[in-house]
Amino acid sequence: MRYAAPTTVDEAVGLLAADADARVFAGATDLIPQIRSGRPEPSVLVDLKRIDRLVGVGESGGTWTVGAATPTSTLTADEAFTGAFPGLSEASGLIGSDQIQNRSSWGGNLCNASPAADSVPALVANAVRAVVAGSNGERTVPVEEIVTGPGQTSLADDEFVVEFQVDTPPAHTADAYLRLIPRTEMDIAVVGAAVRLTMDGGTCTAATVALGAVAPTVVRVPDAEAALVGSTLDDATLEAVAAAASAACNPIDDKRGTIEYRRQVAGVLAKRAATIAAERANA
Amino acid sequence: MINRTHVHCTVNGDEVDFLATDSTSLLDALRTELGLTGVKEGCGTGDCGACSITVDGALNCACLMFAPEAEGREIGTVEGIAQGDHLHPLQETFLEGAALQCGICTPGFLVAAKVLLDENPTPTETEIRYALAGNLCRCTGYDKIIHAVQEAAVQLNGAKS
Repeated sequence: MRYAAPTTVDEAVGLLAADADARVFAGATDLIPQIRSGRPEPSVLVDLKRIDRLVGVGESGGTWTVGAATPTSTLTADEAFTGAFPGLSEASGLIGSDQIQNRSSWGGNLCNASPAADSVPALVANAVRAVVAGSNGERTVPVEEIVTGPGQTSLADDEFVVEFQVDTPPAHTADAYLRLIPRTEMDIAVVGAAVRLTMDGGTCTAATVALGAVAPTVVRVPDAEAALVGSTLDDATLEAVAAAASAACNPIDDKRGTIEYRRQVAGVLAKRAATIAAERANA
Repeated sequence: MINRTHVHCTVNGDEVDFLATDSTSLLDALRTELGLTGVKEGCGTGDCGACSITVDGALNCACLMFAPEAEGREIGTVEGIAQGDHLHPLQETFLEGAALQCGICTPGFLVAAKVLLDENPTPTETEIRYALAGNLCRCTGYDKIIHAVQEAAVQLNGAKS
């Protein structure tokens, strides 16, 4: 393996275009364990962290931009970002230990394409867009179009995610993310649930519900969103949200949880995340 | 073809140069090229924290970095915590409190605990436990480690007032 540290997006695209076995990385928190467990080594390790555009977070003209290789610890420490997107911040802060937090990034968490990635349901709930660079220039796509299955993305060999863009939320809008793991820290989600709501005088006017770790890719739950909009999040609405979330799951059976358990937990977490998002939006 | 890259960085305050194969982890380079064997390999996959170091002041696992990534960075290891023969209060309280048994996790715990106390001089027990969640010890059951960090925080704060 050869290591390369380009300082521009064009240089990085050139490295990928020249060699189909070249691979980009940010924190390498998934890449290195994968190589050690026997996955084929890339020919070129393209380190994206020396490209200025890839690292940083900021808001300008109603749009937040987050570099794809920005450490998640930078996001959770950013008070303005965390104030605008509390759920996205809490999801980002759940990716591993402090050691991992200083390396893990949205770009890596998304493009590693694990069904259990913690940041992805919250990215989807906030309608975050990915700016993708490749030999044909840049294109902007919704985050939910990047991951196509476990370990699979829609990116071409010469493409990588440069940055993420998300609109500054409207007034009285907030998100929340909850996940269940068998211990307090340092495990992979059994279920993750992200909810974003806009409230108007106690009534929900817009809702997005996204679930992680319950299907090959993150699942939106339109029936839960429809139940929330127009409601005051009364008990009947929350039960409908839970039922819709459970029904939307297509989970696996594994050591972390059975299919039935994941379905049940997805409903409970969706309901609780909706309640937290509403409290934040009303605050 | 094996590529070897020349790396220039700062380790524990000293400027160093070394050659590393591109696929070498920073952990292996620190141990074999620079002789800093306080950096331990536990899992090699970022789960155990035995290889904890600082990179530009931020806590990292040396096993999850390729050696060439260190170019131009300030690296800190457990070897840089003591001032000559004068141990850091964390090292003293780990010794006094017997906060170790086999010792292989200890350098990583010391580096992680020092980052915590540098950022938060008065952590609660919960904050300490979360800050050290990325460091695994299979001997002590953690309580003695937590107590040692609490005691070091008291000593450091006493020294300042």
